[in-house]
Amino acid sequence: MTQPNTLLSVNDLVIEHRSPGRPVVRAVAGASLTVNPGEVVGLVGESGCGKSTLARAVCGINPVTEGSILFEGTPVTPLGLRRRTLTGIQMVFQDPYASLNPRRRVGDQIADGLRTARDTTSDPADLLERVGLPRDFAGRHPHEFSGGQRQRIAIARALAARPRLLIGDEPISALDASAQAQVATLMRDLAVGSGAGLLFISHDLSVVRLIADRIAVMYLGKIVEVGDTAEVWARPRHPYTRALLQAIPKPDGGGVLPAELPGDVPDPANPPAGCRFHPRCPVAMDVCRVKEPAFGPVACWLHEPA
Amino acid sequence: MTLDITGLKVTIGGKEILRGVDLSLEAGRVHGLAGESGSGKTMTGLAVLGLLPHGARVSGGISLGGRDLLALSPKELNQVRGGEVAMVFQDPATSLHPMLTIGRQLTEHMRHHLRLGKAEAKARAVDLLTKVRIPGAEEAYGRFPHQFSGGMRQRIAIAVALACSPKVLIADEPTTALDVTVQAGVLRLLRGLCDELGLAVLLVTHDLGVMSAVADEVSVMKDGLVVETGPRARVLREPSHPYTRALLDSLPDHQEPAQDGTGRDEPGEGER
Repeated sequence: MTQPNTLLSVNDLVIEHRSPGRPVVRAVAGASLTVNPGEVVGLVGESGCGKSTLARAVCGINPVTEGSILFEGTPVTPLGLRRRTLTGIQMVFQDPYASLNPRRRVGDQIADGLRTARDTTSDPADLLERVGLPRDFAGRHPHEFSGGQRQRIAIARALAARPRLLIGDEPISALDASAQAQVATLMRDLAVGSGAGLLFISHDLSVVRLIADRIAVMYLGKIVEVGDTAEVWARPRHPYTRALLQAIPKPDGGGVLPAELPGDVPDPANPPAGCRFHPRCPVAMDVCRVKEPAFGPVACWLHEPA
Repeated sequence: MTLDITGLKVTIGGKEILRGVDLSLEAGRVHGLAGESGSGKTMTGLAVLGLLPHGARVSGGISLGGRDLLALSPKELNQVRGGEVAMVFQDPATSLHPMLTIGRQLTEHMRHHLRLGKAEAKARAVDLLTKVRIPGAEEAYGRFPHQFSGGMRQRIAIAVALACSPKVLIADEPTTALDVTVQAGVLRLLRGLCDELGLAVLLVTHDLGVMSAVADEVSVMKDGLVVETGPRARVLREPSHPYTRALLDSLPDHQEPAQDGTGRDEPGEGER
């Protein structure tokens, strides 16, 4: 199924978290996803649905239980103690207060990325300039910066390694509302500008809509709908996607309370039988309680392919 | 009963955090307070409860039903705090005590402020848990915070705040840590409680969408000053202050996808 130009392909990925004395948690339960070069894919879903686990698996931080992750046709190996050869994937983490080393100058941290790419011509200051920060920030320490600036530094560090795939794991959720849209568009511009793919994970649909070419909606370890951003936004087909979009309050001054999706995300250690969404679904049918819709691009019995 | 804040100034370590804030809350109305982080939204909320950081100097007036809260002695303030004025914090994972049961956290201040007996307090706590729509209120009473999801915890935090029938509720970013679907539920709950109990709610949030959904009045803060106040529909549709306009324009809904995003961070924050 993998097309020759696919950058990343995730096929029927299953990831289980095992901890002693607890039932096995299937954080990702058979998810498939592709990212093409120069494409921005937004992965959205509620907390606890497995978005971050998927992203970490793509980087090799979480071991894969079943299925495969192919990056440019070769499987992604788990991250070990040895020097990593796979530097084409770089990640920007959620919390820039934790992801930068507080004891090293930001220029040195960006230089680590340059060294990874065996780039001897660029200067860390060049990268700071690319993310819209002054060149002389290279000599400072992370504590001297605001959250938005730190996240830009983290992006500069990731870009220094010349990634062909950039992953953002909720890179904007720790930032101020005013900085969120800016940082998200910056990530898009830089990734697309360098021809890299971007897998952007967020629970904020309005930001994903702003930067993503395609949206993948995840629910309880499965991807329930994939489609072009404009298409998904204008005509969401899966009831879950619809509920997500309707829950966003609109700043129009109308005083309309957003629609509520009843219930909580079920325990991934004990998912409901049949379609995973059926206990919360407003349009659940009999078939939904029995059989899981295992097809795409919309995994819902209402949209079964002919 | 209303809460009036007039000319509130707060100075911490020689730095003016609030530079004359005027706000008034009315019973049964939600007053939204918007602004970027660092604009003084949270400080305004904390000042009402007398919870400002050590060494803060306050001037101006905060009057609750004719009493100036700033002039009260610590002992009198303790009567107001948690009793007449209550607060819901941003992150329910840290605002609830992890080692005390929900019941303990719900009844402790009830017994202190309202001088209820153990059984009465428990009955009231179970009522409150039902009111904030916690399923199985009776069993939830004996559970610990980690046994609940984020949305449930925030509902519990709201129940804790409502336990002593406050007149004023200060909600500081109550839905920021929650998912959109859960946020919708908590917002509906807040709005419902405000209408039902006649609470005066001060809703501090940076999310103008949230503001638009529940607030009746909206105030916008910048650098320790309220730059614009008015009814929700007017402020969000025809903002008169350029800063409000800029805030609305910075929302993703108002931007064209994939535009040039190399703008600088907001100045004045960490730019030293």
